[in-house]
Amino acid sequence: MPAAVVFFAAIVFWEGAVRIFDIQDFLLPAPSDIVSTLRSDWEPLWSAAFFTFREAVAGFVLGCSAGFLVAAAIARFRLLRSAVMPYAIAAGAVPIIAFAPITNNWFGVTGMSSKIAIAAILCFFPMLVNTMKGLTSVPTSSIELMRSYAASELTIFRRVRLPSSLPYVFSGLKVCTVLAMIGAIVGDYFGGAPGALGVQIRRWVGIFAFDQAWAGIVLASALGILFYGSVAVAERLVMGWHPSVRGAGAE
Amino acid sequence: MSTQPVVSLRGVTKSFGAGGVTALQSIDLDVLAGEFVSLIGPSGCGKSTLLRVVGDLVDATSGEVVVNGKSARQARRDGDYGIVFQDAVLYDWRTVAKNIALPLELLGWGKARREKRVEELLGLVELQGFGGLHPWQLSGGMQQRVSIARALSFSPALLLMDEPFGALDEMTRERLNGELLRIWEMSGSTVIFVTHSISEAVFLSTRVVVMSRRPGRIAALVDIDLPQPRNADTREEPHFFELVTEVRDRLREGGLNEESTAPGEGELVGEGTP
Repeated sequence: MPAAVVFFAAIVFWEGAVRIFDIQDFLLPAPSDIVSTLRSDWEPLWSAAFFTFREAVAGFVLGCSAGFLVAAAIARFRLLRSAVMPYAIAAGAVPIIAFAPITNNWFGVTGMSSKIAIAAILCFFPMLVNTMKGLTSVPTSSIELMRSYAASELTIFRRVRLPSSLPYVFSGLKVCTVLAMIGAIVGDYFGGAPGALGVQIRRWVGIFAFDQAWAGIVLASALGILFYGSVAVAERLVMGWHPSVRGAGAE
Repeated sequence: MSTQPVVSLRGVTKSFGAGGVTALQSIDLDVLAGEFVSLIGPSGCGKSTLLRVVGDLVDATSGEVVVNGKSARQARRDGDYGIVFQDAVLYDWRTVAKNIALPLELLGWGKARREKRVEELLGLVELQGFGGLHPWQLSGGMQQRVSIARALSFSPALLLMDEPFGALDEMTRERLNGELLRIWEMSGSTVIFVTHSISEAVFLSTRVVVMSRRPGRIAALVDIDLPQPRNADTREEPHFFELVTEVRDRLREGGLNEESTAPGEGELVGEGTP
């Protein structure tokens, strides 16, 4: 509730500031202008945003599954883990988005696949690192207990490692929703299908249609929040048992 | 009470790393069926390691471990061990009932049979009605009772307990001590119990194994001939205090030189010492 108050206060402040100080359209359009543009140009805006959103989701699914599977595969082997993990962690410090023009070269500028690729690469490493952390930071006694029941490695993975890694996996997934949206939109900026949102935003800016550019950005933000939110909801559904989820629900 | 040894240790030695620390040196010990044996000693004397060697969670460097007439590994595969750790090790994503049922699931018991057994166990540890809760909704003492119920679920021949009440407050600990004895009498299982509380060891055990500081060795065996069943009054009997004194003296002999540098160790740790 306090958050909603802040939201509306910010909108009112923005609207008021634009009107009172007569801020030029190309610097910052008023929220009311953006909303009316969203209404009047809904069709092209939505199709562009949804196109890019699909790129992001596809990249997210690919990158996250790959990150998860690689982590699951190498979590068991200490040597492999210690060989791979430093690079996976270092990759977190690399501005992978800088590769976007390169993936355009590899997978074609105008198709979806180059944008899916950059979103997937962006998602891969954080997902790998988070999953690995989750799978390996299980208390020794949890594992010893399962050993005492003569449980196989596979059983231990399924019954203990996997469920106890879920908080880490979901925090990875949530970070990746944001990364995937960034990857897809910035990927579009370096060239993409004519109907893609990033391409459209650049074009609108080029023809001084700033309210349209802003409307596109607002729509992309809304889709990003929706994306993040649906992963957060999935987290609640899957981890209803988790104290942190219960605690958050009580607030 | 039969006299067949459930656990037989011969010359068990455990060292960590190449030429590193010797945690256990030439341990010989027989634990008979139905016995309640406590391992007591200062921190770092290897008592937990010894428990893990018996339970095949850690390999002995040399020596022989025989459990129920077979190797420790075979005994583990046959499900002869119920283990209780210092922390309850309950899985948060499972309800209390499902935590207790976990070993039964792994053994392939049917659902109806599992549920029936879980009800029995909840009764045994006096947690009727708590089966549907999640572990973090219970107090520390209740969690440990769930952990004990889980360890007993498949009626293992041997119950291995590693300072199960070490993290609990004194009053809860004494109450659970009483409950554990009642459960032990009802289940008839053999118990090996690691503790560093002298009074707890004396109150619970039929025999106390006093271990000396590194390298861990058996310094003395003290038979606890207090009559069964024991209850709160047992702790007031003069003979109880005599036995506590005897165990303390044996601990002093075993770890004399270092006791002064580690105040509280080997004393009644956990009983007023923060």
